[in-house]
Amino acid sequence: MRLNIGLAQIYPKIGGVQANLEKHLAFIERAASEGVDLIIFPELSLTGYQVMDLVPEVAIEARADDPIYRQLLDASKQFNMDIDFGFVQRDMRQRYFVSQAYLSGGETLHVHRKVYMPTYGMFDESRYFDWGEHVRAFDTRFGRVGMLICEDFWHVSPPYMLWLDGADILIFSSSSPGRGLDGGERLGDSRWVEQVNQAYGGLFTSYVIHCNRVGYEDGKAFWGGSSIVDPNGNFLVRGVYFDEVLLTHTVDLNQVRRTRARLPLLRDERPGLMVRELARIRSKDNVEPT
Amino acid sequence: MQASQVRVLHVNGTQNIRDMITERLAINTDVARKMLTGFIRDEVEKAGMKRAVIGLSGGIDSALSAYLSAEVLGAENVLAVRMPYKTSSADSLSDAEAVIEKLGLQNMTVPITEMADALINQFPDMSNLRKGNIMARLRMIVLYDQSAAFGGLVMGTSNKTELLLGYSTIYGDSGVALQPIGDLYKTQVRELAAALGIPASIQQKPPSADLWAGQTDEGELGFTYADVDQVLYLLVDERYTTEEVIAEGFNRAFVESVWRRVKINHFKRTMPNIAKVSRRTIGHDWLYLRNYTGR
Repeated sequence: MRLNIGLAQIYPKIGGVQANLEKHLAFIERAASEGVDLIIFPELSLTGYQVMDLVPEVAIEARADDPIYRQLLDASKQFNMDIDFGFVQRDMRQRYFVSQAYLSGGETLHVHRKVYMPTYGMFDESRYFDWGEHVRAFDTRFGRVGMLICEDFWHVSPPYMLWLDGADILIFSSSSPGRGLDGGERLGDSRWVEQVNQAYGGLFTSYVIHCNRVGYEDGKAFWGGSSIVDPNGNFLVRGVYFDEVLLTHTVDLNQVRRTRARLPLLRDERPGLMVRELARIRSKDNVEPT
Repeated sequence: MQASQVRVLHVNGTQNIRDMITERLAINTDVARKMLTGFIRDEVEKAGMKRAVIGLSGGIDSALSAYLSAEVLGAENVLAVRMPYKTSSADSLSDAEAVIEKLGLQNMTVPITEMADALINQFPDMSNLRKGNIMARLRMIVLYDQSAAFGGLVMGTSNKTELLLGYSTIYGDSGVALQPIGDLYKTQVRELAAALGIPASIQQKPPSADLWAGQTDEGELGFTYADVDQVLYLLVDERYTTEEVIAEGFNRAFVESVWRRVKINHFKRTMPNIAKVSRRTIGHDWLYLRNYTGR
């Protein structure tokens, strides 16, 4: 099966939910004319990244009766295009999450709440947001998919769990500020993220799709560089940095089967062994400092 | 097999620290150019403007900032202002002129001698430091006046070295709307300036605030930018302690004096503190990006 992927490497306006919604719809319409089946937007694509005290103002509920959310649901049906986008999610009890929704045919197939909140260096997320508690794969018309948001995939366990939960397509969204200018052709942190994504593709013999935003917030330059890694660990798409762009690429999902026939890492993976050893490592005797 | 027969390779991981830092301070100038020109355009547009005003001293920092600004905004949208005092060197004016001509910038010259002397002459024993601060602050006033007249943002020209050292006048050269080269050490400013083809006379001359005849930065500071950039890079970027820097072979007195200087001038890099009395206070727990304008 072939899947035409659109990576909407956009520059969201900070706090501008209505303007950002309009940009989403414009990118979706354009992607439709390019025959895109699945369009992916970056982390917090509806709100901008450093929303800080704007959180309550920009938050929406992931419900069909929310006027903003409704329009994206409608677009997924109207254009027969699956849509993955980022937003600040409000729950019923005044808690806020960094969330990513996957919409298809006018329905919500899954909402992932970011499970790792970077709160160090220039990051301050757990000051404003609550932590997601679930890492779950879900079924789509293109196969089983897993979504993660930025810091989630800087930790090795969430992609690993999604892999064991059946995901053959890992979708990573981020708002990653550029840093680490040195003599290299790409920023130090761009190189690092690309190494990580390439490793996941190869280790999990899966597709790894990454959409990172561009633009500026208070001097931080988001580097873009959205990419697709195939199950052999090769980059199919990469290399457009800093510019707002819709990148499209058609992948052959049958490559997953061919790669796994050559390299049966999933078949031979031993989650029971891992769970047993993790339980031992997590047991009281082993976690208390000696 | 005998132990003596085991073949050993000493893979030497120790590189001369100064060579290592020099290597790490090197920048890809294409990436830097892309990030910084994009930043300038972004900040100017978010302010609802299309233009910039820049004080052109004839030195490398303001020349580089002018080159980056002209590249992204267009030379016709950049107003270069030369603001000589009577003691300013002739080279400063001619080097600034070279930048203006090469880029085709809009430009004007506003001498500050009369306005500065109106204050300076009231205090016959005024120190050079006070005079220099007055000049820097008057230049800020001229630039902000032109900002209103020309409709342009006031471009900052401070580099990371001088921001860290606090080698600046608060509300003088630090009184600007944006700082495009504020995360580049002087060494890196030089590298980017060379890549952009800034006039050789500007690249080669000793850096100077030009506040009095014969003044040079390195003379006044007591060390070279090349040396201090190495120490600052380890302390700031690589998070070394002063003891770790000294253990790498840098002079103790030098390292300690640099770090002391960085710390005592921290107030120049922050907004004035607001005394908190309410439950929600600007800067304490009323937190929004500068870039958030609500527009």
